[in-house]
Amino acid sequence: MLYFSKLRILFITLFSVLFILIASSNLFKFDDNFFDKKINLGLDLQGGSYLLLEIDNEPVIEQKLQNLTTTIRNYFKEKNIKINNIKIENQNIFFNVMENDKQSVLDVFQDENSDLNPYYPRFKSHQLEIEDTGLNLKVNFSRQGLIKLKTSSQDQAIEIVRRRVDEVGTNEPNILKRGNNRILVELPGLDDPMRIKSLLGKTANLTFRFVTNDENDRFGVEKLKFEDGLEEATVSKRIIISGENLLDAQPKMDTQANQTIVSFTLDRVGAKRFGKATSTGIGKQLAIVLDGKIISAPVVRDTIASGSGQISGGFTFQTATDLALLLRSGALPAPLEIIEERTVGPDLGQDSINAGMIALAIGFMLVIIFMFVKYKIFGLITNVTLIVNLFILLGVLTLFEATLTLPGIAGIILTVGMAVDANVLIFERIKEELKDETNNILAFDGGYTKSRTAILDANITTLLAAIILFFMGSGPVKGFAVTLGVGIFTTLFSVYFIARLFTSIYVSRNKDKEKLI
Amino acid sequence: MIAFNKYYNHFNLLSSILIVVSLLLLIFKGLNFGIDFKGGTLIELRASDSKINVSSLRDRFNQMDLGDVSVKKFGNDTDFLVKFENNDNKKNILEEIKTNLDKSFGNNYDFRRVENVGPKVSAELLKSGVIAISLSLALMLIYIWIRFEWQFSLGAILALFHDVIVTLGVFSLFSLEINLSIIAAVLTIVGYSMNDTVVIFDRVRENLRKYSDIKIFELTNISINETLSRTIITSATTLLALLAIYFFGGEILKGFSLAMILGVVFGTYSSIYIANTVLVRLRVSQKTVLREDDQK
Repeated sequence: MLYFSKLRILFITLFSVLFILIASSNLFKFDDNFFDKKINLGLDLQGGSYLLLEIDNEPVIEQKLQNLTTTIRNYFKEKNIKINNIKIENQNIFFNVMENDKQSVLDVFQDENSDLNPYYPRFKSHQLEIEDTGLNLKVNFSRQGLIKLKTSSQDQAIEIVRRRVDEVGTNEPNILKRGNNRILVELPGLDDPMRIKSLLGKTANLTFRFVTNDENDRFGVEKLKFEDGLEEATVSKRIIISGENLLDAQPKMDTQANQTIVSFTLDRVGAKRFGKATSTGIGKQLAIVLDGKIISAPVVRDTIASGSGQISGGFTFQTATDLALLLRSGALPAPLEIIEERTVGPDLGQDSINAGMIALAIGFMLVIIFMFVKYKIFGLITNVTLIVNLFILLGVLTLFEATLTLPGIAGIILTVGMAVDANVLIFERIKEELKDETNNILAFDGGYTKSRTAILDANITTLLAAIILFFMGSGPVKGFAVTLGVGIFTTLFSVYFIARLFTSIYVSRNKDKEKLI
Repeated sequence: MIAFNKYYNHFNLLSSILIVVSLLLLIFKGLNFGIDFKGGTLIELRASDSKINVSSLRDRFNQMDLGDVSVKKFGNDTDFLVKFENNDNKKNILEEIKTNLDKSFGNNYDFRRVENVGPKVSAELLKSGVIAISLSLALMLIYIWIRFEWQFSLGAILALFHDVIVTLGVFSLFSLEINLSIIAAVLTIVGYSMNDTVVIFDRVRENLRKYSDIKIFELTNISINETLSRTIITSATTLLALLAIYFFGGEILKGFSLAMILGVVFGTYSSIYIANTVLVRLRVSQKTVLREDDQK
């Protein structure tokens, strides 16, 4: 156990130096790409915001089912099957057909080539399920159909979220999917996420609809509140143009009226419809509705055929900028709710770094002094190993550009405390061996060999705990699992290669000395 | 040699009492869950005006209809920790609070940290925390079952349960807050306690193979003594590191390091006085290990 070949010594030295260099790249600037890596600081250390958003898919499902009732009716109309009493209840569509038509309706839904009910061969499942309740037919989304619907609304939502976050211009945002109905947004360096939160909280569903007094409007009407929540107006459900028709939106200063407005440009289809609506609707009030609330309802004075227009509504420059941003980035497919938020200010982050570093330095010093007092020369060896171990640990974290969090720093300090365990196990064993063994080399050899299983067991148990933490933990706690887990490997390396190397050099030079340890 | 085995019965009784008391505390008093597991909002606030103190803050927040509000000093005199339920998960709650505080205190305060956990997320976090702890206990059980004979596994697992339950018992007794980092601490305790037990067990098994004529009662004592200096040194260095975190690592790591300190103390104790006594009570003998060796 104590013999080292020249090649091995070279390898150990090179390996240690390499990691020390990589670790020091956090402090110095290297031109070389390989060395120019840094440990990422977690949001709890550099300050920033962590937002977990959940997509509320209920309205999407409702809307899809609503559309589906029309599709079903039309589809079977062509086949001369009459659909009766169609209604939606608890995300199910119910309807009746004549008894002798029942089988052909069921067949259509269960046909793998049906264009009404898409079939996913990979999951061996249709989009929709149909069931004969005896009283009527019940159609609802299958499990797979719901998953498809959720992932597609998640895909759309994450795109819109990205656009909105990018428009605000924070540095290096991190936007990730979580499950099939959540989006994680990490915004480093942002200490006041209020603006982003309010931007992400809006669906930004924009429609232009006429105000009407005709309760029997062909398309149906609804009562909507104005933005200020005071007034109400009856608005037709017929949509003239919607947010999808917008090409661009910008905040502008209307010098004549001395107010801030949002000017917009429409696409071709939108321009055409807008032109037609404004020419037939002169004198009528056109409501501009955002997320179910009326921003303003100006009276149409002229035909607007240019395909551009403006929205006024008592905006400040900030609100106009935000509205323009929302309109440019598009509407979310479904409302988002912020279900978890963690924001750390940059000065607290810096305080945490300082406290962590002081704790690390003090913990390190205490352990080093303790080991030196207890083991003298071997304590010194342990301490040198401990320092190299710390650098290798930092080097590995740098190499993988791992994220360091406050609990992660705690993990490093803990590693320092527990790293001596392996050396202590070995040294104590050597002491025991020396009781019956006069040959120093044999005693040291025996000490290393016989302590091996205990060291392995001890480290595997800690590693198991770290692995579970890594997979079950979130955010900062994950950082703890990383440093604790990586620390186990670097500790084993430094104990079995570095400390053993020093030990072997020392022991072979003091072969005949008594009471070596 | 220290006669640890003289007190096996005494300490078994003590541990039984500790476990029963801890369980009673956990059942009847329960744990003080933080917002991670209960849901709600937390604000760490730093004041630059002496007008801002616990009672003036409490007054302000109580006027805002936020449910149960708790205001505490956090570390030094200018830092405060405000927690409230925010049951309805109101959207613009922070803006409202800021406007409200601005009215009384002007600009003389600063939100250093804001955490808001919705009820759905907190329920999930609690669930995954419980799963993580159960999973780690199960994994340890499997590991030790592969490595040792079943008597040893039982001893190690009982020691683990003891450490986890008593640590949580202390947290319940002093109403210390349970948050995500405490779960991390408990898992690390599980690893540490196991580590400590395994080192002694390793020696017990080695000695069982070596001596056929020494009774397990004596043999465990010999093994504990042989590994004692290692046990003390490792616990000491680990505790030194943890004390450094506790005193200098800042307020956020206080709970975590406290849980770990308790865990290390209980873990060291239980390796000696629970894990080993199980071997004694199950009358483990040389046959136990040799039989297993034959099978392998």
